[in-house]
Amino acid sequence: MASVSMTVNGKSVTGNVDPRTLLVQFLRENLRLTGTHVGCDTSQCGACVVHVDGRAVKSCTTLAVSCDGAHVTTIEGLANGTELHPMQAAFREHHGLQCGFCTPGMIMTAVDMVNRKGSNLDEHTIREELEGNICRCTGYHNIVKAVAAGAQAMASTGQKVAAE
Amino acid sequence: MYAFNYVSPKTVRQAASALAKAADDGKLLAGGQTLLPTMKQRLASPGVLIDLAKVDGLSGIELKGRSLVIGAMTKHADVATSEVVKQAIPGLAALAGEIGDPAVRNRGTIGGSIANNDPAADYPAAALALNATIVTNKRKIPADQFFTGLFETALEPGEIVVKVSFPIPSRAAYAKFRNPASRYAMVGVFVAKRGGDVRVTVTGAGASGVFRAPALEEALKKRFSPKSLEGVTVPATGLNGDIHASADYRAHLIVVMAKRAVAAAIAK
Amino acid sequence: MTATEIGAPVRRKEDFRFITGKGQYTDDINRPGQSYAYFVRSPHAHATIKSIDATAARAVPGVLAVLTGDDLAADKVGGLICGWMIHNKDGSPMKAGAHPALAQGKVRYVGDHVAVVVAEDYATARDAAEKVVVDYGVLPAVVDMNEAVTGKTVIHDVAPDNRVYDWSLGDKAATDAAFAKAKHVTKLHIVNNRLVPNAMEPRAAVGDYDSGTEQFTLYTTSQNPHVARLVLSAFIGIAPEHKLRVIAPDVGGGFGSKIFIYAEETVCVWAAKKVGRPVKWTADRTEAFLSDAHGRDHVTDAELAMDEKGRILALRVKTKANLGAYLSTFSSSVPTYLYAPLLSGQYDIPAIYCEVDGIYTTTAPVDAYRGAGRPEATFVVERIVEVAARELGQDPTAFRRRNFVRKFPHQTPVIMMYDAGDYSASLDKALEMADYRNFGKRKRESARKGKLRGIGFSAYIEACGIAPSAAVGSLGAGVGLWESAEIRVNPVGTVEVLTGSHSHGQGHETTFAQLVSARLGVPIDQVSVVHGDTDKVQFGMGTYGSRSGAVGMSAISKALDKVVAKGKKVAAYVLEASADDIEFKDGRFQVAGTDKSLAFGEVALQAYIAHKFSGQELEPGLKEGAFYDPTNFTFPAGVHICELEIDPETGVTTIERWTAVDDFGHVINPMIVEGQVHGGIAQGVGQALLEGARYDANGQLVTASYMDYAMPRADDLPSFQVGTTVTPCPSNPLGIKGCGEAGAIAAPPAVINAITDALGHEDIAMPATPQAVWKACQKAARKMAAE
Repeated sequence: MASVSMTVNGKSVTGNVDPRTLLVQFLRENLRLTGTHVGCDTSQCGACVVHVDGRAVKSCTTLAVSCDGAHVTTIEGLANGTELHPMQAAFREHHGLQCGFCTPGMIMTAVDMVNRKGSNLDEHTIREELEGNICRCTGYHNIVKAVAAGAQAMASTGQKVAAE
Repeated sequence: MYAFNYVSPKTVRQAASALAKAADDGKLLAGGQTLLPTMKQRLASPGVLIDLAKVDGLSGIELKGRSLVIGAMTKHADVATSEVVKQAIPGLAALAGEIGDPAVRNRGTIGGSIANNDPAADYPAAALALNATIVTNKRKIPADQFFTGLFETALEPGEIVVKVSFPIPSRAAYAKFRNPASRYAMVGVFVAKRGGDVRVTVTGAGASGVFRAPALEEALKKRFSPKSLEGVTVPATGLNGDIHASADYRAHLIVVMAKRAVAAAIAK
Repeated sequence: MTATEIGAPVRRKEDFRFITGKGQYTDDINRPGQSYAYFVRSPHAHATIKSIDATAARAVPGVLAVLTGDDLAADKVGGLICGWMIHNKDGSPMKAGAHPALAQGKVRYVGDHVAVVVAEDYATARDAAEKVVVDYGVLPAVVDMNEAVTGKTVIHDVAPDNRVYDWSLGDKAATDAAFAKAKHVTKLHIVNNRLVPNAMEPRAAVGDYDSGTEQFTLYTTSQNPHVARLVLSAFIGIAPEHKLRVIAPDVGGGFGSKIFIYAEETVCVWAAKKVGRPVKWTADRTEAFLSDAHGRDHVTDAELAMDEKGRILALRVKTKANLGAYLSTFSSSVPTYLYAPLLSGQYDIPAIYCEVDGIYTTTAPVDAYRGAGRPEATFVVERIVEVAARELGQDPTAFRRRNFVRKFPHQTPVIMMYDAGDYSASLDKALEMADYRNFGKRKRESARKGKLRGIGFSAYIEACGIAPSAAVGSLGAGVGLWESAEIRVNPVGTVEVLTGSHSHGQGHETTFAQLVSARLGVPIDQVSVVHGDTDKVQFGMGTYGSRSGAVGMSAISKALDKVVAKGKKVAAYVLEASADDIEFKDGRFQVAGTDKSLAFGEVALQAYIAHKFSGQELEPGLKEGAFYDPTNFTFPAGVHICELEIDPETGVTTIERWTAVDDFGHVINPMIVEGQVHGGIAQGVGQALLEGARYDANGQLVTASYMDYAMPRADDLPSFQVGTTVTPCPSNPLGIKGCGEAGAIAAPPAVINAITDALGHEDIAMPATPQAVWKACQKAARKMAAE
């Protein structure tokens, strides 16, 4: 077993884990933060995307022990209480989700996208940047709209990632 | 994933000693974007995993004379967005920006990619085409001698890639045809021109990993233009064939991607 | 806050929990003392099991049990069932082999369930599973249907030539006669590629058993928890129905794959009692690829007979349907009654004859996947119609128009009675939206860039609702296909809607609440929708076949009628008027012609306090239920147009424009309906361009992960132009037809018609990958050079 400490959504957490524990398992099973999902085994689908030290990573392809000392933000840490992050609000407003399973990863990827690429995102850029996130429900049409609108809203509220 | 012991050394020396101690049972974790999925599918089972993430001095990008030097643990995203790389070898920045997806680029590293020598990885094509030098904790290995076969390199037991030094070419670019499913390179072609020398390397297509395409190089040495590649063919022998692409199709795509890479190199 | 209107794009009530990470999917549920299951699966496509030695596995610390098919048999647990009896041409019943939840004596596909290891944690269960030693007697794999029917290798003894059934529909003599007098016959060989549904949430189950009350609980990724309970109790015999509670919480997509009752959830419930601990199983993606029921996988030869003007005289179809190694829950119906009755398309075809052979192979079971039979039928019809038009030198839209059904109701020769539609209206609107007029110009522009541009049409029809129950019963269905609803009005006037439908992405919590809000005049945030729990909802048939609007909401509508009727009676007592004089409008009960009225909430309170009437005259309370059994299928129809560009150098196809005009009848929430269309198109495009499950000759699934199975990603698709036309459905009270599968049904032939249009020749198989398109381009170039 290995000891691991990190800051998750602004709170310090520690755990004693088998080294083979993935970050996503640590979040879901140890911390019961079940908003981060697992949709594949090959690092393709992106349902597990969280931010580690401000950058989007696939938590199914990251060891928990590798995140010792890191700042982690999950979908649960994005809203400020009941006040949604602009990207979350945009997904609701533009019907960017159906079953909701890929949604946490989509939103975390979208926020990271805006942090890196700015708030004026054209459709082509958004579609390319979503390469690592698979959705089976929406056909992406409304996700693309939601990301574009969410990016604009993030700019107008001056918001980057919450809770960092 | 099978159980393993995890160590997180702080120096290259500690890492090397951990690796030596583990002997055949040790693996270096350098981002893990290929290694961890492989371990999850139980296709790799190291007894000791040596995480290089906290080793000092393995990350960073700098210009040294006429070479671009990139630390082994430098992430793809950092290479892709580095102004230094964009100035020195824009084709390399572009290549880094096309590896995997944004989340993968935030964790995967150049050293990991090169040391793993996955036949569908992108960096080996750049390293070979640019005639890079792979600097390890023990020696300097020219790219020509580094990539020795499928997932095989010249690295010896206990040897760790520290940095990669790329001589700056006059022109270089990469064109990648993605596998429709995995999005890895089904065919990736890197072209580099340095003085009168032209190198064309191919990843994703070869049954033994990255390779040079002499016919394309000779044609481009005469004139560095996509037109020079009209009618030039690459033999399908030695190329991969699978459900996504036959060897013939890959052979065809190599020439098409080479043309597109040359066009991009000229445009830059 | 006021009532919500029908037809308004109301934002979804369920979204808040999903966008904040608070959804509760099955794997998010953890029971006290929970253990974990991992299945030992067959690495062989076909083998006898000589012995299973679990000694080493049981010795692993943390392992609680290793269970096999012998344990199931000892406990008299029955096998998995197929709930739709198909009869052969000679009237004899289909040949269904036994389907034990854990293999008994033989395995029949790679991934078949051999044993289960239950342990303290997942990693231990998985580690120990590798220590279960199974001695297999390897038998030949049978992957190809033509090889299967030779009977050289028998998969189930009950079916010596591996044929489950040979079935037919339609009038053979009339069809043959029409062909005999035809002036032109178009023939087409079609392979409808095998797909893996790939809901993003993998299947999962948590079985729990309370030894004090002898009560079982199953949390599972199901589209129809009541059907799961019925099958698990009445047929598999795990527990009596009243002692088994099935909960399908938030479910992350289904697309058909979560209709079925699988081995894994069966084993989890059973093992929970056996081990004395809750047992959780969650599939990884590779397990999903191996053991989720796949979709499609037809090989068809079709012939279309026409007169000299291009009027269709008859259609003759022979299909081989791959059913996999076992008959999954509804598998037998998909290539028969969900397929052949749709072969008339939108066309007036006087005679149709269809033969279908259902065939066992040593591959994963095949069952309903988004569209289920209807995409296969539509692909046959819309491809052959397109090819026929080209052979006759006619514009494909003119050819279709000439043959459209124009008068309703229209009885087809294959069961269906189309009740309403205006196919020309959809085509006109689609052509306008797609700017068909200027297609030639765009094609020339593409050509100047060295690209090939093509346009393809698909005028699809589908049948939703799958009902009435008596009709499907006569065709062999083991269940009725009605739906139930219960409206519970609370004393304060808030409303709970209990529905037998199940939402796994369709937005029922919003659409159903919207209907109730509009009808009762109650603000939508005071309406909550309850589904997915057999302890809360008495019975229901679940969600598939685009039935929740047409059938599920009709049941709600019927229950609402009863609530209003009861409310009128209550109001009559309070307002001292006759119930016949009470009108209900805009959320108020009013005595006609007076200003005496009560708000809905006031009537609810009066119903519960019951001060103004005696219990002998009127029962207190305000709660009404309804079972709704439709009188007909519903017939959504429309036109999709795909315009694409091919790079002949690489074979890469880029969809440039997608136009969809659908007639879904009345629409409650257009935002949600459009979302359903988008998702369906994406899956249809996936089938046409990207997706295809492939087994090698040894029966190994080559495409068992996203490394090899190409899922549509954002950059594979364009944005879609979506429009509607409306002919209300006459057979249900809301005039709704259903929208969930339309895109997946319409899209594949539109894509392939566009590709073949661009390439200038007549066929390409799905998926039309870059390699396939490149090869077709080479072939076309060689043909042109030869001419």
